[in-house]
Amino acid sequence: MSEPKGRGADWTEERHPREPKGAAPSGLRSDEGATREDGASRAPGGERDKQSAPEASGKTEPILEVRDLTVHHGQLRALDHISLRVFPGEVYAIIGANGAGKSTLLRTIAGLNQPTEGTIRYDGKDVTRVRPERRATSGIAMVPEGRRLFGSLTVEENLQVGATYARKGPWTIERVYELFSWMKDRRAQRTEQLSGGEQQSVAIGRALVANPRVLLLDELSLGLAPVVVQRIYGMLPQILASGLTVLLVEQDVSQALRVASHLQCLLEGRTTLEGKPSDVTAEQVEAAYFGLRSAPAGDGREEALWSGSTTSSRGSWSAACTRCSRAGSR
Amino acid sequence: MVGGLYALFACGLSLMFGVMKVVNLAHGDLAVVGGYVAVGVITVTHIPVLWSFVIVVPLMAVLGYVLQRTVIQASLDRSILTTLLVTFGLSVVIENGLLEFFSANSHSLGVDNAIITSSFSIGSQISIAYLLLLIFVVAVVVLLGLQYFLSRSRYGRLIRAVADDQEAAQLSGIDYRHVFGIAAAIAFGTVALAGIAYGMYSQFAPTTGTDTILLFAFAAVVIGGLGSLWGTLLGGVILGVSQAIGAQISGSDEFLAGYIVFLAVLVLRPQGLIARRAQS
Repeated sequence: MSEPKGRGADWTEERHPREPKGAAPSGLRSDEGATREDGASRAPGGERDKQSAPEASGKTEPILEVRDLTVHHGQLRALDHISLRVFPGEVYAIIGANGAGKSTLLRTIAGLNQPTEGTIRYDGKDVTRVRPERRATSGIAMVPEGRRLFGSLTVEENLQVGATYARKGPWTIERVYELFSWMKDRRAQRTEQLSGGEQQSVAIGRALVANPRVLLLDELSLGLAPVVVQRIYGMLPQILASGLTVLLVEQDVSQALRVASHLQCLLEGRTTLEGKPSDVTAEQVEAAYFGLRSAPAGDGREEALWSGSTTSSRGSWSAACTRCSRAGSR
Repeated sequence: MVGGLYALFACGLSLMFGVMKVVNLAHGDLAVVGGYVAVGVITVTHIPVLWSFVIVVPLMAVLGYVLQRTVIQASLDRSILTTLLVTFGLSVVIENGLLEFFSANSHSLGVDNAIITSSFSIGSQISIAYLLLLIFVVAVVVLLGLQYFLSRSRYGRLIRAVADDQEAAQLSGIDYRHVFGIAAAIAFGTVALAGIAYGMYSQFAPTTGTDTILLFAFAAVVIGGLGSLWGTLLGGVILGVSQAIGAQISGSDEFLAGYIVFLAVLVLRPQGLIARRAQS
């Protein structure tokens, strides 16, 4: 939690003409007026109140716990002391603009990236140095960004590969076919020939047949039409019903808000906002997403939040904006 | 007909490149090692030359797994260029090791079976040795088996998956290093078989590996198209046929003709005659 850096009033003025259309916090557009109060005073950065984790009720142990995770890509610090605790049965959403470190966080949890600092605990055990394939077989499955199917394999073969080292559990290839009804008829097709949404479904199916306890979903909406995104997220309740815990990363904030039971916003590798979606105001989300300094909600809600500090440079917002509008136009 | 032999040499090279992106410069030497191991096995156990592969192929496969998991994997973790250097080093080490132990004299695996060493003629021009026919049949059987293994079996599926996307395979709980080891074991096994076949057909010395076999294998792979097993067979056959035609024109043109075809394919159709569709 470093010192917040001051930003001038011109900051708020600069952002208006570059309003992103589409993606980003699209559901929050209407609150434009409220957010313009940015820059007054900021919520005091502080320790996250561990007791306030709302989902702790009844469940004592988090299934996944990340503590002070720092990851470097070469010289670049992609994640800076990120902590999170995911409890069983939760849908934990991590939002943030491109380059915020969301995918890096997920990849590090899956074991594909190595942290320079910090620990990852899964099911009470330290898995920070465990190889990715061992994590997968112990119950952490990931649907990677960009789907990453085995392109020369058929739909069914992709699922079979996913099931090769599966844990015991409710998910079978047959059950995936039931979940996605079109899939069975096209199981002999190569996945290269499928549409983006279909490929995403196969990628989810491939992760599910491993019968994971924690499912990591990296940017499901990427490159898909909104209708398709809706449909895929519509499957989430059925998937959750089998007792999974979901940790998802999403750039599409409105989508994430709709499904999440817990929310965490990253900006340039740091946490800028955390809480239950119902306790977070649209303005706070927007501010955290773009790294604006937001006024505290002022109605006692900030207790549920943990507004970390943001040290982004001035240029970052407009950079985020252009990235967002680009994502939205896809 | 000698194309079958070339295809047998080349399929392991093609497999290792397709799966691990390793250009194994020691491939030819490994064939020669296979030949020498066969010589050793035969002198010790006195089993018939034709059956020596029963011992030699599994032995080489184990060596392949071990080498892949140790030396080659270690270099893969660094960079593609490192694997080139390491396999080149391996090639030099093997060559000199063989020179040390077996001297520079040529060896061959004499088959004293009258039927196999004889030949038959089609028309007046073309005569075919039964041995080469046998090797060709073996090559086709091996390629068919490999094809079936890759497309139908569980491990074949894993090999193709890892070749497509290593990280995604890891996310599915697959230890790609183990899968690489298996692919290397197959490659070493086939190249050992090819080495034995070469020993029966011709003779080999420690330097034969890089001088002849590696080049032929490369040529067969390039002509046929990387990553395609049937392309490899086709490439081998084309190389063999063009060499035979070259030899008809003039004895010294034999290899030249093969390489001219190789060059022509590189220029006109660099992706090979059968472009890589899948791993299979």
